Amino acid sequence: MLTKRIIACLDMDGGRVVKGVRFKNLRDAGDPAECAAAHARNGADEIVLLDITATSGNRRTLLHAVRGTARSLFVPFTVGGGIRQLDDAVAVFEAGADKIAINSAAVREPELIGKIAGRFGSQAVVLAIDARNSGGRFEVFVSGGRVATGRDAVEWAREAAACGAGEILLTSMDRDGTQSGFDCELVRAVAEGVSIPVIASGGAGSARDFVEVFREGCADAALAASIFHFGIENIAQLKRKLLDAHVPVRWPC
Amino acid sequence: MIAIVDYGAGNLNSVEKAFDHLGAEVVVTDNPQVITAADRIVLPGVGHFSSLLQLTTKGLRDGVLLGVSAGKPFLGICLGMQWLFDGSEECDEIAGAGIFPGKCRRFPSSVKSPHVGWNSLNVQDGSRLLRNIGQDPFVYYTHSFHAPPVAAMAGESEHGVLFAGAVEQGNIFGVQFHPEKSGDVGLAILKTFCEV
Repeated sequence: MLTKRIIACLDMDGGRVVKGVRFKNLRDAGDPAECAAAHARNGADEIVLLDITATSGNRRTLLHAVRGTARSLFVPFTVGGGIRQLDDAVAVFEAGADKIAINSAAVREPELIGKIAGRFGSQAVVLAIDARNSGGRFEVFVSGGRVATGRDAVEWAREAAACGAGEILLTSMDRDGTQSGFDCELVRAVAEGVSIPVIASGGAGSARDFVEVFREGCADAALAASIFHFGIENIAQLKRKLLDAHVPVRWPC
Repeated sequence: MIAIVDYGAGNLNSVEKAFDHLGAEVVVTDNPQVITAADRIVLPGVGHFSSLLQLTTKGLRDGVLLGVSAGKPFLGICLGMQWLFDGSEECDEIAGAGIFPGKCRRFPSSVKSPHVGWNSLNVQDGSRLLRNIGQDPFVYYTHSFHAPPVAAMAGESEHGVLFAGAVEQGNIFGVQFHPEKSGDVGLAILKTFCEV
């Protein structure tokens, strides 16, 4: 049976893993390679590394971190942040990523999805969507959530899938960093709207939140950062709780 | 020496890295002579079945088949396993190696596709490649087309349909999942491949 995936996300700034609430009050949470390996040992099904500042000056630092993290990681590894063109993606893959996540650049240029998928396969392209509930519909935001696009999240997810995206990484901006639970309504709307897998993100605070997003939100995977870093919820313990709630997960691992 | 066949399809880094980690001597190559001279051959691959056409255009197909018929252990991963079958619905014009019968087919519309994630693998008794990973381990898959269950099946998984997760016959092995991304289970499989 295909299991529900638990994905640990590392937000990176200047070569270090950091954690804050809505990108503010950043605290140092360690070295990316060490954090990734620790999460994998603890039962994470995948690792996502996001360059949250993603300025051009940071590219070399990012690639260095990707190389170091990939070296001893034998679970799927996704890298996102600042991938604006095919060449950026090529460099990240060459540094050892299995998948790349693209967001703003894909909204600007949907053909980029097909370009990367054409070269590395759809399974390597994760389309990241940041969305917010605005008056009963879910609107797509870009540039780290600063710019509204007027686009509907479900429609954009469908278009991206048709362009060749292999998965959707869907972040609720309303819930991100709040630990108040995933936005199951948003996740369900997108998960039912596309035939490709949907990763829910934003709002994880407890094992109950994960159970809900898999059951009510129909998510295929769920991603969290802060609750794993500071030991609020240990992945191994989380997986045992999910099994108790009859959610299929990879365990033991 | 293990030759990882580079026919221009996707990212071979992680396969190479996994063998490196195990201390195996590997070379990523698109040179048919290097492939024929290697002790073991690995054919990875992700993406579209049509990319297998490059095996022929780059003159690698014969090198691989020569090595296989000489009895060298061969491991096809993902698309590399699908190549061992007659062909795929994904691209009717390109023939597979025809070592195993049947065609790879699309998953039914009742399930999500691509099939992405960790699924259980029902290991068949007597498999040489899968002998060190228990009866029902989890492995990481990412694919939209699947190979049919065949007599030579070494492991089976389910996603809307039952399909071949692994096949083996003599010196020829194939896995639909990604051992290089399947944690300790996957590394154990690659280690076994280095020893068969």
